[in-house]
Amino acid sequence: MQEQLINRAKELLADGTVVRVLGWRRGDMDYNPEVAYFNSADELNDFVYNGFCGANLSKYMIEASKLEGRTLVFLKPCDTYSFNQLLTEHRVDRDKAYIIGVGCRGKLDIEKIKAQGITGITGITGTPDAVKVSTIYGDFDIACKDIRLERCHVCKGKEHRVYDELIGESADTRDADRMAGVEAIEAMSPEEKFAFFRAELSKCIRCNACRNVCPACSCRKCVFDSTKFDSAQKANTTSFEEKMFHIIRAFHVAGRCTDCGECSRVCPQGIPLHLFNRKFIKDINELYGDYQAGESADQRAPLVSYTFEDAEPGIVSERGSK
Amino acid sequence: MAMMKITREAMPALYARIAAEQSLILPVKTAGQTNFAAWEEGADVDLYTLKTVKSAKDAFFPQSENLYTCKTEDKKITVTPEKLTDEHFVLFGIKACDLRGIEVLDKVFLSEPIDTFYAARRAHGTVVALACAAPSESCFCHAFGIDPTAPAGADVVIWPVGDSFMWQAQTEKGEALTVLAGDLLTAAAAEDETALENARTFTKNIMTKLPYADLSLEGWGAGKTDEKFNSPVWDTLYKSCLACGTCTFVCPTCQCYDIKDYTTGNGVQRFRCWDSCMYSDFTMMAHGNNRTSQMQRFRQRFMHKLVYFPTNNDGMFSCVGCGRCVDKCPASLNIVKVIRAFEKAEKGETK
Amino acid sequence: MPVNEKTGEFTPKIVAFCCNWCSYAGADLAGSSRLAYPAEVKIIRVPCSCRVNPMFILRAFEKGADGVIICGCHPGDCHYSTGNYYARRRMTLLFSMLDYLGVESGRTRVEWVSAAEGVKFSTTMNEFAAKIHELGPNVRLEDLRCKNN
Repeated sequence: MQEQLINRAKELLADGTVVRVLGWRRGDMDYNPEVAYFNSADELNDFVYNGFCGANLSKYMIEASKLEGRTLVFLKPCDTYSFNQLLTEHRVDRDKAYIIGVGCRGKLDIEKIKAQGITGITGITGTPDAVKVSTIYGDFDIACKDIRLERCHVCKGKEHRVYDELIGESADTRDADRMAGVEAIEAMSPEEKFAFFRAELSKCIRCNACRNVCPACSCRKCVFDSTKFDSAQKANTTSFEEKMFHIIRAFHVAGRCTDCGECSRVCPQGIPLHLFNRKFIKDINELYGDYQAGESADQRAPLVSYTFEDAEPGIVSERGSK
Repeated sequence: MAMMKITREAMPALYARIAAEQSLILPVKTAGQTNFAAWEEGADVDLYTLKTVKSAKDAFFPQSENLYTCKTEDKKITVTPEKLTDEHFVLFGIKACDLRGIEVLDKVFLSEPIDTFYAARRAHGTVVALACAAPSESCFCHAFGIDPTAPAGADVVIWPVGDSFMWQAQTEKGEALTVLAGDLLTAAAAEDETALENARTFTKNIMTKLPYADLSLEGWGAGKTDEKFNSPVWDTLYKSCLACGTCTFVCPTCQCYDIKDYTTGNGVQRFRCWDSCMYSDFTMMAHGNNRTSQMQRFRQRFMHKLVYFPTNNDGMFSCVGCGRCVDKCPASLNIVKVIRAFEKAEKGETK
Repeated sequence: MPVNEKTGEFTPKIVAFCCNWCSYAGADLAGSSRLAYPAEVKIIRVPCSCRVNPMFILRAFEKGADGVIICGCHPGDCHYSTGNYYARRRMTLLFSMLDYLGVESGRTRVEWVSAAEGVKFSTTMNEFAAKIHELGPNVRLEDLRCKNN
């Protein structure tokens, strides 16, 4: 598929449809391709599309929309939800984007490979079903289903929601219940819940990677960067600030989060940040009707709409801690 | 000093013995990740994980620390400076790269004007270094002349060999710790020393096979400012940078901090916390910000590590090759990619 | 923990965000009708219940509140037509999140109080204060810097 994508990108550059290409460039290891702009056919020789191209390029389209000319962007099925959501919010310009919907059969998580005790990786090759990891300490064969990104286990489906053309086959890799993690926490006692989040959040280093990678976090000036807001400190000084940051981060994207899973993917401390976002998604689905952000560009987000019969906030204590 | 030996089974007893006397900071696994933390009964000590997520610099330069507190009572204001550490502690299990990182921090905080908070911690800390046995693909400490099998600058060095750790005190502080460990240590036999030599040779051999084994810092260092600063390479390199602070916060040598005030309701706490040159409000002043684009901020980080710092510190780089940024950058950018991109660009020019 | 100097009992701090048009007037009516409600309740007047940012609530807890209650116009009666409908959804989601993090759900509450409901205001505040007394001091959302200094 990679060859096909490169060739098509070269064609579109040559005929002037687009002036630049937003994609992934080969990294210095097989597992760390980086997001890159390509301005010429020559540069496209470093273009790569493999199992480690997890990065959601929709976020980069916010900046690309401000550039002169059209940008060719490659979006995986789940990335198109984010793009749609950004369209709804007028943060990207549809006319500035030429979208190729790329096939996706699930993306891989290098952390899960490393968690198996594999280190000294010199190369990773493979098929959609299994990879061969070569290391200086020996070679390993691993089934892809064991090393997929968390988000791929709860895949939203193989449909691209917005595109100009499609290249490559996609597969629905869903093999887990999306809300299972949230339900497991809801079933805990308040003490257990508190201990669980305390342990997870105490790892947070406030690097803001979760916020900066998030396609829904598109404010020009984040409230946590404001010099006029004294709760928004740069470091986690106390346990309160950890909670404050993560509650507010998730709240600000509630109803707009497409559950693309980028926050959990990039967290250097492996905090399952999707558990915050999914809790809001679950509550919204249960209280205000099923809603999938980014499914189409003309939906009204649940937190900017209401019905007369909405549940009262007291429902939280009525439902109680299970 | 004499080579000693301690079995893996005896380690928990050693931790308990040290912790009974002074606080013990070592790699502990919490919620799936290993970071340096204070030892307590039942802690999941993890000496196997090669790289803790954060470096060990927290032990001497915590992510945030209070400097002083102002309190108002009626019409009086009292200012209480934070007390300097007067308690001894042991930092256990630091790797050679992080240790060099501490040396870099020393250059910054122990030169005039001396940072008293940092100096107090340095004076009260005993450092036990753990030699590396199985480097990972992102390691490149050798590029900075670091021998991961012989950590330099520690009070005690330990080496994992088979079911035991070899133990050698390097300084007086280290001797004191050896005395404290007492009967948990036994004298190493001649075959133990041979085994240690073999293990070291094995590790050094691995170092030559790593993907970054050929990394060269040619072209970087003191006095290269003019040459690198205006290079067009920066313009393409920074593009995927998300402007998060992951690289700076996991880095063992990043030493920038911000000083802020926190209003507690009836007083003010002045504290400092790590800052990141990747942030838009970094070194923000009354007139605004002196680095306005992400390209400038991105360039600052690498120029600081590879050019400015060596210029001011006799050629010492403020990167130690720990590879944490290689592992953790959400956008898969890192210092090695920067070095290689320049290498490629410069070769292209001379062709 | 704030303690009554005479009795040694726990005296909570309760923050009540009251909308200018209904609930604040309701509090006024409670006062002029000589209805009692606990002195532990500190009222903050806001233009509309919808003005209450989730961060206000977290900040209140941070600075030492043991309970936070938001009062607004009855649904349908909002001075700005729809503000309280938005507030209702937001607060529901926020309270649910706090519950999910293990913070006692009784510490937060929303009540609709009109300008004519002085009695409701007073009983709501009495009830809420009793609940906070029962729950004790807030420790799960405390900021030690504020507690100790």
